[in-house]
Amino acid sequence: MAGNSLKKYNQIYVALLILFIISVLGPELADILGMEGLSRMALILPTAFGIAIVKAYMVAAHFMHLKTEKIYAPYILLASLALMFVFFFGVKIDIMAAEGHNWEKPYEEPTGSAGHHGDSHHDHGEKADDHH
Amino acid sequence: MAHQIIATSRSATGIPTGRLAVWWVVASEIFIFGGLIAAYLLNRFLHGSWAQEAAATSTLIGGINTFWLLTSSWFVVIAHHYSEQKNAKKTRQFLWLTILLGGFFMGFKFVEYYKEITHGMTLFTNNFWSFYYTATGLHGFHVLCGMVIMAIIAEGDIKNERNWHRVENIGIYWHFVDIVWIFLFPLLYIAK
Repeated sequence: MAGNSLKKYNQIYVALLILFIISVLGPELADILGMEGLSRMALILPTAFGIAIVKAYMVAAHFMHLKTEKIYAPYILLASLALMFVFFFGVKIDIMAAEGHNWEKPYEEPTGSAGHHGDSHHDHGEKADDHH
Repeated sequence: MAHQIIATSRSATGIPTGRLAVWWVVASEIFIFGGLIAAYLLNRFLHGSWAQEAAATSTLIGGINTFWLLTSSWFVVIAHHYSEQKNAKKTRQFLWLTILLGGFFMGFKFVEYYKEITHGMTLFTNNFWSFYYTATGLHGFHVLCGMVIMAIIAEGDIKNERNWHRVENIGIYWHFVDIVWIFLFPLLYIAK
């Protein structure tokens, strides 16, 4: 890893800063233009989350040296990430559904502005109230 | 003279023992933060009110903190570069600059917490804020741990010109903490 030069690190840092600025400007632009619905999603998803993935890759590949590390390290990390996705999609099916075979979630979305609806801490209790 | 036997690398992987251990730490952290982020995403999809709550977080402070962490990642990789050249002065200098930026991050985080708590948004306000304080608090704890370990390496090892490999090891950890923030930032501060 001695071949990594300071110049390359500087270039990666500048690229990260540019990507960071774009990731903030995208959603701000959506607010300024008053974008809603699909067009807003189309702007925010790639600028905020797409760029986050690119930035994470750049840090992992170049700063953590995963690109030049022995293959076992990327395998360890990718296996962990893969298991995370199994967990995510495994529970997502049940959590996102409002009802299923012999059960339902009698849940109402709380209304109110940020920080002013103290009653919504009962959410979990209501959601867990499955009827068999 | 008898030698103390220390396993410096694992023959199966060819990766030095310390660095391999850090990769395992990072793998375990993927489950800790990955689980939190997965739970957040599911709740965010499920409850429209979470987007309204996220609107109350400060994009400015979140953005400034992102800048501190990105820059600190750059500094720690430069410290690693100088550690490979066995340049103790420069290595320590960049390790302490990284610690300083970690301190800036924590300082801004405390200011942000103070503002939010004084505006009535506490750990117990609702599920969004419970998640917010859990995720950012756990992340902040990792930043704090990284700063302490880095200070020990700078003053205990590099000052005495030994254990140079530890700079890379703490660097890997620090970069991972940076990556976690790279994902927390859009989730909590940008997507509103």
